[in-house]
Amino acid sequence: MQTGTALQSEFNQRLGLGEDHDEKQYLTFLMAGEEYGVDILSVQEIRGWTSATAIPNAPDFVKGAINLRGTIVPIIDLRLRFGIDPIAYGPLTVVIVVAVEFKEQTKTMGIVVDGVSDVYSISEEKAKDVPDFQESSSSQYVDGLVNVGEKMVVLLNLQKTLQI
Amino acid sequence: MSIDLSQFFEVFFEESFEGLDVMEAELLNLRPGEEDSETINTIFRAAHSIKGGSGTFGFTSVSDFTHVLETLLDQIRDGRRKLTSEHINLLLQSVDCLRAMLSALQNQSEPDASESQKLKAQFERILGLSSSEEQASATAQAAPEKQTYQIDFKPHAHLFKTGNEPLYMIGELAELGDLDIEVFTDAIPVFDEFNPEDCYLAWRFFLTTSSPTTAIDEIFEWVEDDADISVTLCGGLFEDEAEESIASSPEVENAKPSVKPTPEVVTAAAEKPLAKANAAVAEAKKSQDNASTSIRVGIDKVDSLINMVGELVITQAMLSQLGEQDMTESTVAALQEGLAQLAHNTRDLQESVMRIRMLPISFVFSRFPRLVRDISQKLNKQVELKLLGEQTELDKTVMEKISDPMVHLVRNSLDHGIETPEQRIAAGKDPVGTLTLNAFHQGGNIVIEIMDDGQGLNTEKIKQKAIANGLITEDDELSQEEVNELIFMPGFSTADAVSDISGRGVGMDVVRRNIQALNGSVEVSSARGVGSTFTIRLPLTLAILDGQLVQVAEHTYIIPLISIVESLQIDVKKVSRVGKNLDVLRLRDEYIPILRLYDIFNHDGAIEALDKSLLVVVESDNQKVGLLVDDLLAQQQVVIKSLEANYKRVDGISGATILGDGRVSLIIDISGLVKLSGLRKPGSQELIIEQNAEAVS
Amino acid sequence: MKKILAVDDSASMRQMVSFTLKKAGFDVTEAKDGSEALNIAKQQGFDAVISDVNMPVMDGITLIRELRALPSYKFTPLLMLTTESGLDKKSEGKAAGATGWIVKPFNPDQLLAVLKKVIR
Repeated sequence: MQTGTALQSEFNQRLGLGEDHDEKQYLTFLMAGEEYGVDILSVQEIRGWTSATAIPNAPDFVKGAINLRGTIVPIIDLRLRFGIDPIAYGPLTVVIVVAVEFKEQTKTMGIVVDGVSDVYSISEEKAKDVPDFQESSSSQYVDGLVNVGEKMVVLLNLQKTLQI
Repeated sequence: MSIDLSQFFEVFFEESFEGLDVMEAELLNLRPGEEDSETINTIFRAAHSIKGGSGTFGFTSVSDFTHVLETLLDQIRDGRRKLTSEHINLLLQSVDCLRAMLSALQNQSEPDASESQKLKAQFERILGLSSSEEQASATAQAAPEKQTYQIDFKPHAHLFKTGNEPLYMIGELAELGDLDIEVFTDAIPVFDEFNPEDCYLAWRFFLTTSSPTTAIDEIFEWVEDDADISVTLCGGLFEDEAEESIASSPEVENAKPSVKPTPEVVTAAAEKPLAKANAAVAEAKKSQDNASTSIRVGIDKVDSLINMVGELVITQAMLSQLGEQDMTESTVAALQEGLAQLAHNTRDLQESVMRIRMLPISFVFSRFPRLVRDISQKLNKQVELKLLGEQTELDKTVMEKISDPMVHLVRNSLDHGIETPEQRIAAGKDPVGTLTLNAFHQGGNIVIEIMDDGQGLNTEKIKQKAIANGLITEDDELSQEEVNELIFMPGFSTADAVSDISGRGVGMDVVRRNIQALNGSVEVSSARGVGSTFTIRLPLTLAILDGQLVQVAEHTYIIPLISIVESLQIDVKKVSRVGKNLDVLRLRDEYIPILRLYDIFNHDGAIEALDKSLLVVVESDNQKVGLLVDDLLAQQQVVIKSLEANYKRVDGISGATILGDGRVSLIIDISGLVKLSGLRKPGSQELIIEQNAEAVS
Repeated sequence: MKKILAVDDSASMRQMVSFTLKKAGFDVTEAKDGSEALNIAKQQGFDAVISDVNMPVMDGITLIRELRALPSYKFTPLLMLTTESGLDKKSEGKAAGATGWIVKPFNPDQLLAVLKKVIR
């Protein structure tokens, strides 16, 4: 998605928008009708779903491990992670490979989502805190909510989401 | 000709460090009064080489210091001086000092002279030299004016047989100045008596030169005893008999030492490379880092690699030739044969490459003689160190990581295990304790034992301590093994006072964790008053293993081939059920617990009927268990990849690999699997089955 | 091209000697001790041999004695590399048949200068 980033910034420049340094770019994806965003800098690549090797006694949201050019990469189903009903994987199902910095090391992991949506530049200040009343089990993985035009995007905290 | 000497520095440092290791090892073998000349000779040679090299490459601080070492060693070697333990201690300190000096030089910094000066003074005291004696620096007085010398040169008949050639000497003389030559042929005999191997000629030279007489002297230096030589200064200064004058002329005498390069010459030579080296400090730093990541490989291993690559190239050539032909039945057959050959070549090549990483464990063992000597001296204990299986090979990475845990265990044995001579005598033991390091291969593992014949673990003391630390309660009934296990618990230390030797705040728990991080294990067995043995088990290599692919439902797992004892179809008549859900197979006179992989790994869809599936009997930690699988697939070598790197540790799984079709397959960790199955109580060696064996028989 | 056999157990000295001589246009063969040198010297001829004195397996003095006893090395310059502390080694070497000696430490230029006395 490096190209996506470049395109976006070129797009902004042509429109005379310039780059706002307080803004971060987010890759958004769709899941169960909601749009989620992850920091685009952590995105390594986007690939189609390929079957993964099951890891024994792993939680159900860990779909298994795949071979990514010689590296063993675990695949996490975000629907299951968030307690959303699973759907059958189809041709649009994609795996976003992300590099997440944990305390001791950076891990490369894949997340299965319904489909990739867009790239936005979002100012972090605009992000609203997750309302307390939202009792969803997934709220702990969320950094904030932000409005982009008419839509609302859920900004994901990958560290927390992928801390297994 | 300008030759940059710095290109030889790395080799010099490498061989000097090796030389120091040799010196250290041999010194530790020396016992005053029973030294054997070959040992002394080896030590001398090592010191001599370091001195020669450091002098040549301009490291004067090292060569000056090594000189006194060498002098002392020379005297001991010649029997002029008796070896004392003071000598050995001093020499050992010098080895450390030289190591530090050379490391400093290797890193382009000036070595700290204070330690070497101190040691040098001690050597000089022993040798009866005053340190001021050195400064008899010869200042050769060059005669600036041209003078004419008469040189008479009459070689003895045998001169040619020394390999010397008068013609070249004359050539050398001619280079010093203007040379007039007269040749005397009167000694040439009649033809019948002429021996072509003898020299019959004599010469008289008149040399007009501004060079000092030492220059002339130098030319004839090698033939002084093989010829009559006289050098006289024309004009009457040297009126004496010429032969005499060479020996007694004060000027010549004084000038003689200038044959050696004067200190100025040496430093000048040293400064050049050093200055050059300074400019490249950053690069040198890098190369220093590289040093620890480089590997020394026996030439035989490289040769076998080259052979295999040769075969590979031939196979490849054959295959590409086949590829150009039309496909007929016979070419297909040849192609298949070629591919089989290719597989064979690849496997051989892989094995050889892996073997390159294998080094004898002596690399680790070699640091212990010194360590044991130093520590036992500090503790006033007498300890004999025995090293066994030093040639046992293991992976370099494993080796680097096992060294520290081993040091810790050895320190521990010396500190807590082996008693003082008084205590030992009181206990009716030899006052000299024995510490044995033993390494050997067992299956796919290397086993390292650290054995002492000391007092053994104090079960009572350990229990008390554990109770005090809240690890166990008064009421807990623990077996001997379980008590022993306690010492590996975090925060456990029985040393009453934190000692300098092993109580460094690093506990056995850290040792165990470090070893486990290498997929290894450490255990202790002990008998009160007899001694303790720590046993470390490690995989030979972290990178590759021979695997048996097995199928469980739609999943493919890999069982390390090395732990497989046999695979068999189960005779259900010999299966008994123990407890709630454990099946046990009676196999000959053993009871093999059956672990259903699908059950342990929670996979659906596997064959559950015992008589329709296969049992892979594996051995781990000296216990046999059977793994129930659907089917056996291929056997192949697999490259171990980390599952942990991007995920986390998975119980019962030691790693992952990528199969030929690109799929990921997981490698089963037998020992972890047994724990996971609940078959073994945590902290116990015994399988639960053992206790039930009576019931089923 | 003149052939020289360079014998030293120290790899760095051997490399230095060998490199210097090669740059000066000699054909150099290396050996790491007296015994290896003797075997090589028996198989091919050399115009000169430069050998360290203190070496494992076979020392330089023994090598020189053995070489000098061989008909093909009767007149060959045999030089030993020695340190200043080995003064008595020089006479021992001479007695064994050494042509001369080169005192360690030496630099490449000194080595070549000394060599000119016996081989050109």
